[in-house]
Amino acid sequence: MDLELNETQKLVRETARSFAREKVAPRAKLHDREERFPAEIYRQMGELGLLGVNVPPQLGGAGAGAVSYALAMMEISTACASTAVGMAVTNMCAELIAEAGTEAQRKKYVPRLASGEALVGAFALSEPHCGSDAAALRTRARRVGDRYVLDGSKQWVSSGAFAGVMVVWARTAPAGDSPRRGISCFIVEGNPPGLTVGKPEDKMGLRGSNTVPLTFEGCEVPAENLLGKEGDGFRLALLALQGGRIGIASQACGVARAALEASVAYSKQRTAFGQRLADFQALRFCMANIATELGAAELLTLRAAWLKEAGQRFVREASMAKLFASEMAQRACDKAVQIHGGYGYIDEFPVERYLRDARVQTIYEGTSEIQRMVIAREILKAAG
Amino acid sequence: MNFELNDVQREIQRVCRDFAARELTPNARRWDDRHEWPTEAVKKLAELSLLGMCAPEKYGGAGLDNVCYALAMEEISRGCASTGVIMSVNNSLYCDPVLKFGSEEQKRDFLTPFAKGEKLGCFGLTEPEAGSDAAAQRTTAVRKGDEYVINGSKNWITVGPKADAIVLFAMTDKAAGHKGITAFLVPTDSPGFDRQPPDKKMGICAAWSCTIYLEDCRVPAKNRLGKEGDGFKVAMSTLDGGRIGIASQALGIARAAYEEAVAYSSVRKTFGKPIREHQAIQFMLADMATEIDAARLLVLRAALLKDQGVRHSMESSMAKLYASEMAGRVCHHALQIHGGMGYSKEMDVERHVRDARITEIYEGTSEIQRIVISANLLKE
Repeated sequence: MDLELNETQKLVRETARSFAREKVAPRAKLHDREERFPAEIYRQMGELGLLGVNVPPQLGGAGAGAVSYALAMMEISTACASTAVGMAVTNMCAELIAEAGTEAQRKKYVPRLASGEALVGAFALSEPHCGSDAAALRTRARRVGDRYVLDGSKQWVSSGAFAGVMVVWARTAPAGDSPRRGISCFIVEGNPPGLTVGKPEDKMGLRGSNTVPLTFEGCEVPAENLLGKEGDGFRLALLALQGGRIGIASQACGVARAALEASVAYSKQRTAFGQRLADFQALRFCMANIATELGAAELLTLRAAWLKEAGQRFVREASMAKLFASEMAQRACDKAVQIHGGYGYIDEFPVERYLRDARVQTIYEGTSEIQRMVIAREILKAAG
Repeated sequence: MNFELNDVQREIQRVCRDFAARELTPNARRWDDRHEWPTEAVKKLAELSLLGMCAPEKYGGAGLDNVCYALAMEEISRGCASTGVIMSVNNSLYCDPVLKFGSEEQKRDFLTPFAKGEKLGCFGLTEPEAGSDAAAQRTTAVRKGDEYVINGSKNWITVGPKADAIVLFAMTDKAAGHKGITAFLVPTDSPGFDRQPPDKKMGICAAWSCTIYLEDCRVPAKNRLGKEGDGFKVAMSTLDGGRIGIASQALGIARAAYEEAVAYSSVRKTFGKPIREHQAIQFMLADMATEIDAARLLVLRAALLKDQGVRHSMESSMAKLYASEMAGRVCHHALQIHGGMGYSKEMDVERHVRDARITEIYEGTSEIQRIVISANLLKE
């Protein structure tokens, strides 16, 4: 066992850290307040390799591994969680196509995603009536000659209005007795006829991230854009989400670290009753708790990433990381607002944004409840 | 980065797990119930070289790393938390400071037989009026010729009733505060060294502790560990390591409670199905498993840093704080899953609740750990 980072991991972390500090952090407030999608930042991230961190170099990625990806996500998230979510989804789409795509699909789409040429990727799985219960999806895809025709609605699609490449799930066969069967996955390019991008959601947090509903009405997709085989869709969704959970766990760690650092800094400046806030034991203990839980969350996240990188099974560990880190981030950000007092509640300080941004982390890419279901299933299976 | 244990670490874990399942788990309830010192178990810890795990072989130790030690502590404590703390005291609180601060002669006399497990050591820092606030020591040591004369008292000395020697702290210069504390190696058969009967405790009942009175207790000057005034440093550095041991103990207790809860939930039925099929129970188990893993990673991180010789006060305190409070929660939920049976002494889980409780108190309360962590966090 060894927790030291290797040279590649250190380099990726350093690159992401300085980029986050110099380019992302100064714009985070603007992204949030004006709901500004950080397009120009993604272009630069593509150049730095941050949109395909764990994608092979021959497909235009950085080939730096899943641990490096987690570290990069943590760094970008300390600066701006909205920017980080687009980064996460793009990496996830690139990895999924690199993993499950045909040679032609890999060559065509992965470099576009990893380089930022597609700007960002999008992941269209949830529907208005089903999120966690993804197998209940209703969007249909009918084979007509050398095309599939998609009909249905998708909900909560991050970056949906900007993504050059999307992966979309639809039913190619009726649910029958097993709803997981009959789901397929498609690569959808650009903004094809028959696809309508709806009005962006007005969200509590992640306001710099674009979240839209999509409507498919007779939208034609070339048959060659089927990812995997017909009926592989549910498996591919789970595969992508397992890795995705590491991304969101990393995002939670990053936001919590930002909240902790802001609290440490503020507590040293602000005085009350003749001493610094940092000298009150109640606040010191509060920060000690945050730092302890954050340390545990980072270790759980890196463990899941390491197992993924080592080619081992990591279902349980990814869910543990996502569950623990996202719940921890709620507490960390809430306490950060408390430590800042009234100033924590106004947008002069970033902590109220951290709290709003963190809130979605226990919901998306599998709610905490879904993570507990996954963990329970895994541990009880192992117990026999 | 590598989260996999190496072959030696895995082997230690396996040996300890087998030993605990065979020799500790079946007896732990009886030892607890009768407040019986686990004589046979301690003898076997010695045979398995578990009493001086990190001491070099030339001093009778096993020459293993701190990751091995943490893993072993977890497994032994999973079987019996009392046996776990006896092991931890001898390894972390006794052998460790003698190895780190002792002279060659002191190592020969006060380390080798203890690391081999022929003798047992303990650690005397706490006093009736100086627990967390260790610098408030009242025990004094006065140099008289080539001896020190020690007067005062120590309490909650785990393994005290059975120990052959103690790393004892006393004030040699009261005016100097914590810089006036000095450490001594004191054989427990020294004149003026008086042990009281074992304390009556809520948990870890088989790990005897006692109060010690020192009345003109004479100790040769050559038994001083480190220099005069070094005592606080010796104590704090020892506790950095000791906290890894106690964090591992907490982890072992939590594992026992969790594993018993999983097993019980598979056999116990309500409303026509095993309770493990109820979502409320599943979610409790999922949270328990997650927190156990989180604690183990914090413990192993601290152990790795100690192995590298890097300062690890903050990481040890984080491990101790999180693991001990986690053990409290996990044992509480494990008892809940057992329902009425959990409250009965027919099952082990009520013992785990009692055993876990002390891990938030000894070797630095949770509050002391937060003081250490925040001091590091807010360092200018």
